Formats: sequence, C-alpha cells, structure tokens
Amino acid sequence: MTPDRATSLIQERFGLQAAGAGRSLTLEQLPPERWVEFFAFAKDTLGCRFFSFLTAVDWKEQGLEVVCRVENLDDGVGIAAKTRLGAEARCPSLTAIYRGADWMERECYDMFGVRFDGHPDLRRILLSQDWEGHPLRKDYAIDTPHAPYR
Amino acid sequence: MADLEARKVIELGYGGNERLVMNMGPQHPSAHGVFRMILTLEGETIVAMDSVIGYLHRCHEKLGETLTYAQYPSIASKTDYVAAMTSELAYVLAAEKIGKIEVPKRAQYLRVLVGELQRIASHCLWLGTWCLDMGGALGGGATVFLYCFREREMVLDLFEALTGARLLYGFHQVGGTRYDLPEGWAKHCRETVDHIDRRIDEYESMLEANTPFLVRSQGVGVISRELAQEVGVAGPLLRGSDVDFDARRDDPYSSYPDFDFKIPVEAAGDCYARYRVRMQEFRESIKIVRQVLDGLPAGPISSRPGLKSVGQVRIPKGEAYARVEGPRGEVGCYLIADGGPKPYRMKWRGASFSNLSILPHIVPGHKVADVVAIMGSVDPVFGEVDR
Repeated sequence: MTPDRATSLIQERFGLQAAGAGRSLTLEQLPPERWVEFFAFAKDTLGCRFFSFLTAVDWKEQGLEVVCRVENLDDGVGIAAKTRLGAEARCPSLTAIYRGADWMERECYDMFGVRFDGHPDLRRILLSQDWEGHPLRKDYAIDTPHAPYR
Repeated sequence: MADLEARKVIELGYGGNERLVMNMGPQHPSAHGVFRMILTLEGETIVAMDSVIGYLHRCHEKLGETLTYAQYPSIASKTDYVAAMTSELAYVLAAEKIGKIEVPKRAQYLRVLVGELQRIASHCLWLGTWCLDMGGALGGGATVFLYCFREREMVLDLFEALTGARLLYGFHQVGGTRYDLPEGWAKHCRETVDHIDRRIDEYESMLEANTPFLVRSQGVGVISRELAQEVGVAGPLLRGSDVDFDARRDDPYSSYPDFDFKIPVEAAGDCYARYRVRMQEFRESIKIVRQVLDGLPAGPISSRPGLKSVGQVRIPKGEAYARVEGPRGEVGCYLIADGGPKPYRMKWRGASFSNLSILPHIVPGHKVADVVAIMGSVDPVFGEVDR
C-alpha cells in the first residue's frame, strides 16, 4: 500500500479526494453514515491497523466535527478522517473495529458530549460521573463555576 | 457512580458466591500515580477489570486554547512530568509545522540531545520503580531502585545546569530552543553517559540471572501484535510486540536521520520483552547522545527573535499533527491554528493514555500479583494519562 494507491482507492469507493501526502493524508467531510464503513475499509483494505487517536473539534455554529486518525505502520500510510455531526451530536462508534476507540470515544463524550451510538460503555472517563457540561465545547468558559464552589 | 458500578457487576455475572470484587487503588504503591482498578476475582484469578482514571485531570487541552504559543510549551511539560522534554517538543513541532518555521541545525541537535537524555532518565525511573514493585523477587528490591535513582539524578543535574530546572524545563520554544549549552557541559555530559553505560551492564546482570525476576516477567501480560496495533499502544509496548515502528526513524523530525542507531524489537510481547526493548534503548540513546556531542554544529539556537511578549508568536491558519517518540512512545499533538496568538484547538495523544487502555485487555486471566508486574511494564505516567 502506498499513499497514492490509498488515495485512489478512497476516491473510487467514497468519491472523496484525500488531501496531503505520505503519512498525513486527510479526508474531510466524510458523511457520518459512512464513518464506520470507511474505517472498516481503512483497516481491512488499506491496512491501517494502528489506532492513533480520536477527538472532536467544536466549530461553534458549524457544529462538532469528529476526527480520527489511523495508520498503516508497515507501509507508512496515515489517514485522519473527519466527519461533521448534526445538532444532536451523535456519531457511530468505532469500537467494533478498533478496540482502542473505547477510551478515546469515552474521552470525547466526556469533553464534547458527542454520543457514540454502539459504544458498549459510554460514560465519563476523566471527569467525575456527576460533572455538568462538557468542558472542551467553546461555549464552556474556562472559569465556569462547578460544585462545590458554585 | 454507585449505580453504574452495580450495573457493571451484574453484567460481569457477579453471583455473590465464588466471585469477589476487589478494589485496587487509587492510592496504591504500584500504580505510580493515582489509578484505581476494580478487579473481579475468581479465587485469585482476575476475570474482569474496570479502570478509573482522571484523578490528575487538569484539562490541558482547554488550557492550551487559552495560552499563547509562547506560554504553553512550559506548561506542556506538566503532561508527562517524567519526560517533560518530549511533550514540549511535540507541541512546538506542531506549531512549527503549521507555520512552516525553520529550526536551525544546532537547535535540532540540541533537541535530539535532550530528548535522548530524557529517555535515559525516564527509563531509569521506570526500571527502578518496576523492580521495587516486584521487590520480593529481587531480594528486597530497593537495590535496583536506589541504583537507578542515583543514575537518574546525574541526568537531572545535567538538565539543571542547562535549564535551571530539574523536572519541568521549558527548554523548547517555537523556532528553536531557549538555552544553549553552558561552558563545560558537554564534557560533563560525556562523563555521565559513560558512567551510565557501565551501570546498565550491572543492572542487567542483577536481573537477567535472577530466576524469580524471569518467572515474574516472562510470559506475563502478553500483548499480541494485532491487539497492540488495534488499541494503539506505542513505544516499548509496541516494539515489544513485534511491531517495528519508531517515529524517530519512520517519521523523522529534528535531524534524527543524521544519527546512526538501531530500533530494538522483541517478538514475545510479554513484560520481559518490554524490559529487553527498554534496556536496549538505553544503549541506543547513549549512542545518539555521543554522536550529537561529536557533531554539534555551531550557530544560532533559534530562528526567531528573543521573546519580549507573550503574544509575539503568531501561527497562520492551518492544522497539523506532530509526534515525537518519547520514552513511552508516540506523543502526538494535533493543533488547529486560526491565525491568532493562541491555538483554536489542541489535542494531546498521550502515549500513557493509549498504553494504559491495554490493561483491561491483558489483565484478565492473570493473578493479582501479576497486575503489579504488568502495570510496571506498561510504565504509565498519570500526568499524561489524565492530562
């Protein structure tokens, strides 16, 4: 697998052009309904078996965007795919494909409030279970008071 | 909280007869930090494990959005406080990647130099504390711990002479490094690595001829090649599971291609394989340190003017993922810049976070005593897990 071959395979199957080169291919605007399909394809066809990270970005009015990066360590192909979520902030879970997605999706839920459909155990991971709000959202001010200081 | 745990116990099939739920932590000497494990036992064998993390959470990613490119690098050291040089470097590399900022050759060499010294210091801490955890097997165990700390102190002395701080440095900055080597430092550094080089033979002879040590580490906590990649563990865990990947060679940064070093890989995937990988890394790091000192070019240490105000560094709009091969593996920083003096979003891929998430997959099936050996071989730093 080479980055060029990966780019053309993605183009063929998903009709999207990946940007970048080598280990840093980026795939923008993947529809959420093809999210799981894409990562199954990345793992099996592109050989991206290494799960690097999963996170989200809050683009304010334009909604939340989930970013996930996987990599083919043997051939040097890394792909970061992004998907824009709707107002209800739901995203399909990747836990069935990558076991590493478990904690990362929990962290993403904790910090952004993204609900991962199909995650077996979606609860907060870094903050306490009774925490209010999701701190990495842009509307959560850094000096937001929280119990017991409120 | 209580409800969630009760639910978990029912899912795990707790019948109240032969299974026992045991709490380990959050204050437990083998945790090397604050980490709670909820173990379900059948006799002394673990059948399921749940982990509770976050005790050290400071929301670094939010902090990163509120601090400027000039301020944050010295805070970045507080994520992985055992290898502070690594996380600082990942952050500045990401900013430099977006801004396409050149780094002078001397600064690149200095970055490699401190990175490798940091690896030696961090591995010393790992070896010492791990052997302390397995104390009974090592006739008291404190011997290796004290020896390792003695050597680690020597490296910290070097850092203190270089930056004025022993643990949290603020050495890296966008465009280069903040400090240059003081007079006589290079000579002192050579003597230190020569000394440590000799000591490593001593550690190995103490451990590898020790049957209880071998019994407690060989065949314990096996991570398969497939599982290692799928969970995304990095560094010695990945290379101990027969995956030949190291960012220093495969995705090089800071002039690593100028140096000659090997990437140790072991196939077994157990605690002993991870131990062997780290012991060989000690020697490779020493080799790199010597090469840097031999070839250190003259010239400036930063491509940017000296800092006069916090908002001085501006990075154009863009995003980048930069990673550094730290002592615990791939430390990555995903940075989105919007053209201002602060990033729009910053994500840490903490090596320890990913490495620790392997535990629920490998611990079941082992005895309680093995958990301590496995934890130590994972080498988590909780500042980086919880960020």
